[in-house]
Amino acid sequence: MQISTRRFDKTAILDISGDIDLAHSTEVRRMVLSEFREKRTPRVILNLNDVNYIDSSAVASLVEGLKASRDVGSRLILFGLSPIAHEVLQLSRLLKMFEIYDTEELALQA
Amino acid sequence: MMEFVAQVGDTVTNCLAYVGALASLVTRASYYAFVGPFQGKHPRWQGAVSQAMDVGVRALPILSLITFFIGLILALQSAYELRKLGALTYVASAVAVSMSRELGPLITAILVIGRSGSALAAEIGTMRVTEEIDALETMAIEPVDFLVTPKFLAMILMMPCLTMWANSMGILGGSLFGVAQADFTWVRYIRSSLDALYLRDISTGLIKSVMFGITITAVGCHEGFSTGGGAEEIGRSTTQAVVISIFMVIAVDLVFTALFFFVGDR
Amino acid sequence: MPESTKESAQAGPVISVRDLRVQYGELEILHGINFDVELAQTLVILGGSGSGKSTLLRTLVGLEKPSAGQIWMKGQNLASISRAEMDEIRKKIGMSFQGGALFGSMTVGENVALPLREHTNLEDSTIEIIVRLKLDQVGLAGFEYYMPSELSGGMKKRAAVARALAMDPEILFFDEPSAGLDPIIAAGIDHLILQLKKAFHMTVIVVTHELASAFLIADRMVLIDKGQIVAFGTTEEMRSSTHPRVRQFLDRVPEPEVSQELDYLQMLTENTRKAGRMAGWRRGA
Repeated sequence: MQISTRRFDKTAILDISGDIDLAHSTEVRRMVLSEFREKRTPRVILNLNDVNYIDSSAVASLVEGLKASRDVGSRLILFGLSPIAHEVLQLSRLLKMFEIYDTEELALQA
Repeated sequence: MMEFVAQVGDTVTNCLAYVGALASLVTRASYYAFVGPFQGKHPRWQGAVSQAMDVGVRALPILSLITFFIGLILALQSAYELRKLGALTYVASAVAVSMSRELGPLITAILVIGRSGSALAAEIGTMRVTEEIDALETMAIEPVDFLVTPKFLAMILMMPCLTMWANSMGILGGSLFGVAQADFTWVRYIRSSLDALYLRDISTGLIKSVMFGITITAVGCHEGFSTGGGAEEIGRSTTQAVVISIFMVIAVDLVFTALFFFVGDR
Repeated sequence: MPESTKESAQAGPVISVRDLRVQYGELEILHGINFDVELAQTLVILGGSGSGKSTLLRTLVGLEKPSAGQIWMKGQNLASISRAEMDEIRKKIGMSFQGGALFGSMTVGENVALPLREHTNLEDSTIEIIVRLKLDQVGLAGFEYYMPSELSGGMKKRAAVARALAMDPEILFFDEPSAGLDPIIAAGIDHLILQLKKAFHMTVIVVTHELASAFLIADRMVLIDKGQIVAFGTTEEMRSSTHPRVRQFLDRVPEPEVSQELDYLQMLTENTRKAGRMAGWRRGA
């Protein structure tokens, strides 16, 4: 799994590729949390286009990220969810909790 | 006649096999306790601390009471003989030496067997019957590592501490007699007890107590693991654990006492 | 991230069992079992008590050693792999025991968290969220601080399922999921199994003798009798099967009377020694 960050003015886009599972979710968690807690980025967008599978630890990390964003009054936005990721979030009844868009353009406009 | 010989042979092999099983359990537990953490495995200190509370701290009240009485009894018994020689002042040293060399470790061990050895067997036996041990295995958690190692650590940590405490309480018990009947003051009794003790008396007692701790853990856990199906088997394992532990502790005591006697330079 | 994604495991069956035999001492329980389980399928193992179905399940998860034959799981032969490799496989399977097998000295939450604490480097806060997600999935949200002894039988079973799901297993094993539960809770567990299969493409293996639940959740069924496979097939194939043992099991016909007097006499007298020996192994096991 790899993460690279793009920044423009008040937005950070994290491009993630590979599966987010037990071995890698800690890294996603660390990066997302530091965007909110240390860098105070007002809007963080996760690009999940190249992510196929996410497991429960990834979901839990995203939930932590969402909580952190609410705590500092920022936004966490996801786009490009794979069908599996979609279903995993649905089973956890979290689909409605996150701001989710289909494409980067839509996510940026939001 | 042949049958008798065969039976003796059988018994001996069974005993050796049992001791072998205990030894292998101890080896594995100490591997997970002392080598595992350096190979990236989780150390078991956290579990060991709560076990130590159970094995050690909660045993203190009853242990104090028992060893206090034992100290007093020892004083009375030795005074019975010493009085004839007009050597009542030796009561202090008699109590101190026999407590720290023998009775402190032994009484502690027997109390710990009753409190914790049986509990070990019952706990692990119950886990065996309710498939909890199987559950650990299917979760890729080694049962010896997860269950035995914390108890093992707690036991080898707490046994010497308890023994030290037992020794002091025994001396205190003896002092009650000393002060009441043998013209000691509290301070003088304690001082002459300490004068009578050599470091060696205490250290041999402590070494024995560690060995007792290892023995009790090994027997308790082994009996627990070999529990068959059914709740009545747990009762059987518990009884077995107590009986075998007491026997093994006495045997270990004999071996080490003999060892200290022959290796000793005093 | 090499080929560990769910998609890439598609090639070949997830579990293959070839000529599996299991013995307790001299008594053979399973006499040559063969079957395959494909990815994201639910296999239900049916059989009466004493048929060997629980032994089969225990052997599949490595709790019993086969005396002959092979079990291939995720492409690896369980007999020829090291303990460390077996542990790696076990981290990817979940097993829910008949009585729950929850650790009585830990809270429900700690039970579910245990495999995560032992096998991952996740932060405690992450683990706590996962625990709550899993408990929510089995309908036990808010019970994480309860002790197992404070739960009812059905709740224990569901908590055990949550623990089995903690590591997001690829294969889930179930021993009698609905035995001893009231019908509503049993239906809830069936529903959960169906959901998990859909969402996680989980391969599920269920041992049961509850026919209604079996037909609801199964893709494939296998009927075991006296340590042998009597029938293997889809639910429709099972329903329409004309095999006498299958019919007897599905239509709940009691055991037929022993017809041959000689056989009966033999049965009464011959096995007395064997039975005594068997009790001995039980004790040793």
